[in-house]
This record gives sequence, C-alpha cells and structure tokens, in this order.
Amino acid sequence: MTENQDPIIRLTDVSKFFGEFQALKSVNMEVQLGERVVVCGPSGSGKSTMIRCINRLEEHDAGRIVVDGKELTEDMGNILAVRREVGMVFQQFNLFPHLTVLRNLTLAPMRARKLSLKEAEEVAMQYLERVQIPDQANKYPSQLSGGQQQRVAIARSLCMKPRIMLFDEPTSALDPEMIKEVLDVMIELAREGMTMIVVTHEMGFAKTVADTMVFMDHGEIVESAPPSDFFTAPESERTQLFLSQILSH
Amino acid sequence: MNRTQVRRWWRLSQQSPWIATLQFLIFMALVMWVVLRGAAEMGYQWQWYNIPEYLWKEYKGELYPGQLTKGLMVTLEMTFWCTIFTLLVGLITALLRMSNSWSGSLLATIYLEVVRNTPLLVQLYLFYFVLSPIFGVDRFWTGVICLTFYEASFVAEIIRSGIVSVDRGQWEAGDAVGLSRRDAYRFIVLPQAVPLMLPPLTGQIINLIKHSAIVSVIAVADLTTEGRNIIADTFMSFEIWFTVAGIYLVITLTLSVFVTWLERRVRVRT
Repeated sequence: MTENQDPIIRLTDVSKFFGEFQALKSVNMEVQLGERVVVCGPSGSGKSTMIRCINRLEEHDAGRIVVDGKELTEDMGNILAVRREVGMVFQQFNLFPHLTVLRNLTLAPMRARKLSLKEAEEVAMQYLERVQIPDQANKYPSQLSGGQQQRVAIARSLCMKPRIMLFDEPTSALDPEMIKEVLDVMIELAREGMTMIVVTHEMGFAKTVADTMVFMDHGEIVESAPPSDFFTAPESERTQLFLSQILSH
Repeated sequence: MNRTQVRRWWRLSQQSPWIATLQFLIFMALVMWVVLRGAAEMGYQWQWYNIPEYLWKEYKGELYPGQLTKGLMVTLEMTFWCTIFTLLVGLITALLRMSNSWSGSLLATIYLEVVRNTPLLVQLYLFYFVLSPIFGVDRFWTGVICLTFYEASFVAEIIRSGIVSVDRGQWEAGDAVGLSRRDAYRFIVLPQAVPLMLPPLTGQIINLIKHSAIVSVIAVADLTTEGRNIIADTFMSFEIWFTVAGIYLVITLTLSVFVTWLERRVRVRT
C-alpha cells in the first residue's frame, strides 16, 4: 500500500456518547485501500462502537467520518451510498431467519443494486461457493451450524461487492471447533486484498493478516502499530497488560 | 373426617374427570334451578316456541332471514368494515408512534391516550351527536367510525409490540446491506412480525364483535337492537336475551377456535 494515497476511511476526532457515558473519546484513525486493520481491547473499550460508526449503525456526536470520499452526516443518500460500499459481519450473524440462504443473499443486491433475480442468484451462488456451502442454498439459517451461518453472513455482505468489510467479533459467538472455518474464509478474503477492519480477540488470526494492530481502551486508541512491533514491543503499559492477559493462556 | 382427610378428598376430586363432571353438572343444575325458580315466582311465561320465527321464516317453501338474523347480518357487516379500517388506522398509528418525527409520534400518543382513557359510550355519543351532524354521516357509518377508532388504539399497540419484538439485529443487518427503511420493513421486519401479531389481532376482532353491541344506543339495527325491538313487541325478554347471547357466543367461540389453531400453526413455523 502506498502511504501518500488518500485514505479510504478517515476518522477525525470522533466522539460518541451513550447518555452520560462517553464510548469514544476523539478517536483518530486512517485506513488505506487494501489495508487490514485488527482492533482489539477489553470489552467496553469502544471497538465495536467505532466500527459501527463507520457504516452509521451508530451516529457519532462529534468529529468527522469520511468513507470513500463521502462524509457521514444526516444526509440519508450519503449514508445509504456508504453502506452499499461497506459490508458488515456481526457477532450474532443476524441472518434473516424467515428467508432461505439464497434469499438472504439476493435480497440486498436486488433491492439496493437493482440486479435481476437471475443476476443476483448468480452472484449469490458464486459467493456461496467461495465460502464453501453452495449445497445449503435452499435451507433456512436455523438449519445450519453456527460456523455455516457466519459464512453465509459473510457471503451476504460480499454479494453487495463492498470495497470495505467490517467484522464485529465474528467468531465470539461460535463454538471453538467452528472458529477456524470462519477465520479461513476471512484469511482468504484478506489475501485477495479486501480492505478490512476486524474487531477480534483471535490473536493468531491478527498476526497472520493484520497490516496494522489497533489497541483500544476506555474509548481511546491507545496504540496503533504494525503487528511485528505491536506483539513484541508494545509501547503502552495498558497494551502490555492486555496482551499478557490475552496471550498467557 | 379430619382436616387431612378432607384435603386428600379434595385433591382426589381435582384429579378425577368424573368428579369434575359431576361438580360441573351440579353447578349448572343449580344455576338452572335458580333461573327457572325465579322466573316461576315472577309468573314468567316461557315462550321458546316463538323464537325460531325471529331467526328464519318460511314462505312458499323458501327460507327468509328472521329479524334476529337480519340484525346479525348488520353486526357482521359492521365487524367486516371495522376490521379493515381498524387494521389500517392501527398500522398507521403504530408507524407514526415509532417514527422519528416528533409531531407524528405526539399525534399518535395523544390519540391513543384520549381514546383509551374515555368511555366508549361517551365516544359514541360524541361521534353521533357532534361529528355526525357536522359531516352528515349516517348511523351505521358513525358506529363503524367510532368503533374503528376505539379498537384501532388497541390494534396499534399489538402491531407496535409485534414490530418491536423483532430483534434489533435484523434492522441492523438490513441497514448494513444498504436496504432503505421501507424495504427493511417490507422484506425483513413485517414478515417476521406479522405471524406474531395474528393471534392477538384475531382476539381483538372478537372484542370488536362484542363491543359492536354498543351501537344499539344510537339505534343501528344490529343484533342487539333487533333483540331490544322484539322484546319491546313481545315482552319475551328472557328468551330473546338468551338467544342473542347465544348467537354472539357461537360467532366469538368459532373465532376463538380459529385463533387457537392459528397460534399452534405460528408456533410450529418458527
């Protein structure tokens, strides 16, 4: 990645309050096209809130967020445009339980991208093959395992052909034996050069794919560094403490 | 028999279907006896044989509806229109209440509070004596409009709670893939919310049928009014009121059975 290129995501002094509680305290971050960022930190540190601000599932209260040249404001047109460029994978999958896997994947391309049913189904099958479950296309989400559901969720996001993918603790709700199949899909995606921001505690995954590690605590970005520096020589004491807790077992 | 024995006997009686049936029959017999005895003491003349002609009439081999049946038709017709308008007003109110527009949500809240906290009878008088003359609406439609606004206040809450009970993650997933709010309602939220709403909505229609009897005070020719008219002519108050109540029961119980069936179906599907 080139350093002097305009970042595809830029957060400038972003703050967010939930009532009295300040979830984000003037966060600054830049993500380049094709960069893989892994965000970690203790629970309640604001990592989910930060990435949820990037596709405006949460509204930031102060500062500026610019995604792919579009600033997130009240302007609904801008918000929809950004959301169509940004895919998101949730901890709880959030598949549509009343629709088959295939309909889960074709709904947004047909409604938001105006693809025909045939086009949308082609795209959907292509991505189901990439996450290796094309044979489940006509099942309902509840008939799949957790790992399969999360892979469907990833495929659903990819069907919109996003330029950026956000992952909000994608493996936290999974049984241990299913974590790998989801991480494999994400590693594959990273290899293809997708711009990704991943909130996760999977440090093995982070070491494999991350260009940049971000550590957050109490709503602030405490440290941001390439993984080589981050894991071997963290600067801040809070980062050291967190890493020792998470890597010791 | 000491206390423990009594208790044991009581517990046994709770379990045995025979004893339960016996208890039921004794109770019903007692009620019947009280009614018949009371009627006899008043010198009431039972004329059940006169009832069928108010249900149907035969003329030259063809059947014609009797007075009560005609009244029932009016009740059903009212229920039909009320149901349609109630769902519409209820849906709009629910959406307004949940909308981001504060004027919309204030309007909906005021409507709900006013309608739920004044007696239905007073609302009916207001509609009949104030609004109907102003807008020139006849009795039947006055009744329909008044009942609609009354029932819709409950339906709005049923619809709202159905929508609210759809997991927030579903909205977020819809937002995240770039669906508009309208599409999210149409393709994600309502298809999940409607099966949850159906049983309580049907229950509300049963209420609607019962509440519709109140239009007899503005002389709409519904089942209750016809009952009153017949009594005014014949003084058969006992038989007619039993019959009228029976007709309401048949209709509402049929709907209840339908609701139970619906609830079971909805539960199987999810």
